[in-house]
Amino acid sequence: MSAVAFVIISILTLSAALAAATNPKLMHAALSFAVMFVGISAFFFLLGAEFVGLVQIFVYIGAVAVLIVFTILLTRHDQEKTRGFNWSGVVISIAVFAGLVWAILGTKSLSVAPGRFAFVSVRRIGELLMINYAWPLLCVGVLLTAALIGALILVMEDKRE
Amino acid sequence: MTLSIFLIVSAALFSIGLLAALSRRHAIFILIGIEMMLAAANINFIAFWRFTATPTQPIGVMVAIFAIAIAAAEAAVGLAMVIAVYRHFRSTNVDQLNQLKG
Repeated sequence: MSAVAFVIISILTLSAALAAATNPKLMHAALSFAVMFVGISAFFFLLGAEFVGLVQIFVYIGAVAVLIVFTILLTRHDQEKTRGFNWSGVVISIAVFAGLVWAILGTKSLSVAPGRFAFVSVRRIGELLMINYAWPLLCVGVLLTAALIGALILVMEDKRE
Repeated sequence: MTLSIFLIVSAALFSIGLLAALSRRHAIFILIGIEMMLAAANINFIAFWRFTATPTQPIGVMVAIFAIAIAAAEAAVGLAMVIAVYRHFRSTNVDQLNQLKG
């Protein structure tokens, strides 16, 4: 793991996340959100979890970011006149960040070097999903089906009126 | 490169997500903040898995995959709720959604 790549990826990810959190233009913020997920999957590649990085790109940039852009386009009606920014949220999030950093730096057992690298092939992940994690996989399938049907019912037009 | 630097970056990402969820008025951006916090948790899972001394089983990878699946379901239902609320109130500003009865 190279330190230069880590610094570049973290600067990219955190600046894209800040842009997504504070940009008043909705569409620009949604695109920064997609860039942030590119950075996060680069973190996964850096940490040796290639499959999770690819899944992150497929699911978030391919599906969730497009879904968010569609929702913005469907509901953009009142975008510019509602520019409120709650400054107490800034204070709370800085306090949470300071507390987390204090806890991380105070824990001595966290400053460890990376362990022996064990390559995880997609075949191994598939075998684990089908054998050891079969029951959670079925539960996630049921959850995704229920979420799909629930989302369809939520946005269905009410024809009775 | 130690574990704590990854945890600090993920804590920064979590705080930015919290900032987005607390300070934006637009409902879609509250969802974006929640997604950011979930992604920070995923970075933590993968980093803790990578920094164990002898990772025999890829437990962190499996947990991250399941977390991504659940986050996708959450995003789909949340955006559907945003569209349903927009149909009813003609607004997605959460300050204007101040009545419960339809």
